[in-house]
Amino acid sequence: MPDSSSATAESSDILVVAAGPLSSSRMRLDVLLTDRGACTGLILIAAVALIALLAPFIAGDPTAQSIVHALQPPSAEHWFGTDDFGRDVFSRVVYGARPALFVGLLSVLVSLAIGVPMGMLAGFRGGWFDTAISGTVDVMLSFPALLLALMIVTLVGSNLSVLVLAIGIAYVPIFVRLARSSTLLIRELDYVAASRSFGASERHILLRHIFPNILGPLIVMATLSIGGAIREEAALSFLGLGVQPPQPSWGNLIRDGVTTILEAPWLALIPGLCLTVSVLAFNILGDAVRDILDPRDLASSALKKGKPK
Amino acid sequence: MLGFIIRRMLSLVLIIIAVPTIVFFIMRMVPADPALVVLGDQASAESLAAFRQKAGLDQPLLVQYGKFVSGLATGDLGNSMITGRPIAGQIWAVFPHTLSLAIGALLIGALVGIPIGVMTAVRRNSWIDFSGRIFALLGFSFPSFYLGVLLLLVFSVWLGWFPVIHTMRGTSVSEYLHKLALPALSLGLVQAAYVTRLTRSTMLEVLSQDYIRTAFAKGLMARKVYFKHALRNVLITVITAMGLYTGTILGGAILTETVFNRPGLGKLLIGAIAQRDYNLIQSGLIVFALVIMVVNLLVDLSYSFLDPRVKYA
Repeated sequence: MPDSSSATAESSDILVVAAGPLSSSRMRLDVLLTDRGACTGLILIAAVALIALLAPFIAGDPTAQSIVHALQPPSAEHWFGTDDFGRDVFSRVVYGARPALFVGLLSVLVSLAIGVPMGMLAGFRGGWFDTAISGTVDVMLSFPALLLALMIVTLVGSNLSVLVLAIGIAYVPIFVRLARSSTLLIRELDYVAASRSFGASERHILLRHIFPNILGPLIVMATLSIGGAIREEAALSFLGLGVQPPQPSWGNLIRDGVTTILEAPWLALIPGLCLTVSVLAFNILGDAVRDILDPRDLASSALKKGKPK
Repeated sequence: MLGFIIRRMLSLVLIIIAVPTIVFFIMRMVPADPALVVLGDQASAESLAAFRQKAGLDQPLLVQYGKFVSGLATGDLGNSMITGRPIAGQIWAVFPHTLSLAIGALLIGALVGIPIGVMTAVRRNSWIDFSGRIFALLGFSFPSFYLGVLLLLVFSVWLGWFPVIHTMRGTSVSEYLHKLALPALSLGLVQAAYVTRLTRSTMLEVLSQDYIRTAFAKGLMARKVYFKHALRNVLITVITAMGLYTGTILGGAILTETVFNRPGLGKLLIGAIAQRDYNLIQSGLIVFALVIMVVNLLVDLSYSFLDPRVKYA
């Protein structure tokens, strides 16, 4: 998606809808682990997560300044060199993984938590409720997520929780629309009608019959959106509206790096590479999960490759 | 058809009223006092009061809103809180640069993305398909601003083919395009990745249709089937989707203009945010929103010209 960088995840839902319902036989961990794409994505994500978790053990203090050591090229002591304040860029890049993953994961959780119930209810109930929700979502969707997040951050000021909320809210419409369109399909199926004829409550039908069956496309979209949200956080920090210096984030590291691009190009190159690889990892995983779930394209999915011959 | 246009125009009118209203009231919810932000903590009570009076902040909210709306109706967006200059003039001065950037990016997206998408679909599961899909995955993951930094580093700093500083004053057409190349490329290549994916999946879908099988069965040359029968139908989907991506491109322009230090709407907005120029932020957001809305309307209307089968019920 989406990025901006705003080329964001919203544009990818045409590709996500192809993912079929999630049934226990198709979406198993062992299938996931036999798929080359899924494995690549998972390994990269695990690596980034480990770096973020173990940052205090791998890296030094990311904010310790030493002006006499400013703008040094990469060396044994400073693997990625030092910035114009003499701070160790390796430490800053390592710690930069933290806001990326934190904001990426939590903001998508926020948009799932708000968007999925809204979308399911709109799709299931229809009527004025659906019209109101869909109308709002259509207007929101025509704005780039970056602009929505930017608006919120401008108004409220910037810290990590605001970033999570801003990006989370900006991504809500994607999940409302996906949950709604999937619910519309499932709602018409016989087993929902049967359940309703037994007198099942709306809540029961939504939770027991509809939710499990729209989970597949939601998982694909959520995975792709984490990549998008990571990019969004970096974009906001790059604009100076996200993670505030001296706290490192890949986005503000690129921003700082651009100012010294003539003397020390690696200062912008390395954090950008980390950012791109992290986004790529979630996109690879999302694509792989979609291929596994897509019933129309079994030839390329891991299902066949994964089965014992 | 006429009914559809009328209804669509009505909804546009509603949006044109709603968007500025929402932005206006949201901007008034800002916890900080603009006068204090602009003049600083050291400002005397008199100068703060004078600022508020000059900016109209001392009046009741509804009066402020009325002035704001009547100004909008005559194309007057008020004055900048920092420089005091009229905002409409500032926006008009930079708008063409953002427009040319967006058009350039869309063109690159189409000219790169559509051919690759068609080739990958036609040669499905070949090395062409494989490399095309890698291209799409990379473009899909590359933040456009990082791509901009890379292009700037390689082509401007190392190779020296393009300028590093982007002043727009007194440039000829060829110079202008020269300066546009890298920014448009950084946005356009990311766009091309989306177009590639969309073209590929739409083309695959079209190729599985009966009329394509019929065309092959009656002995038409493959090239004719692909370009005459399939591509035309693919283009409808792709062009409309690209129109809807314009919002994303404009959002990306905020970043691209910052990377290349290029004047434009995005750069103006970011500058306004940095200076806490609330009037300019408000107008910038409204202009962004309205441009996107108008583009979406045009895309909607263009369906009927591109695809005569579309009926507006």
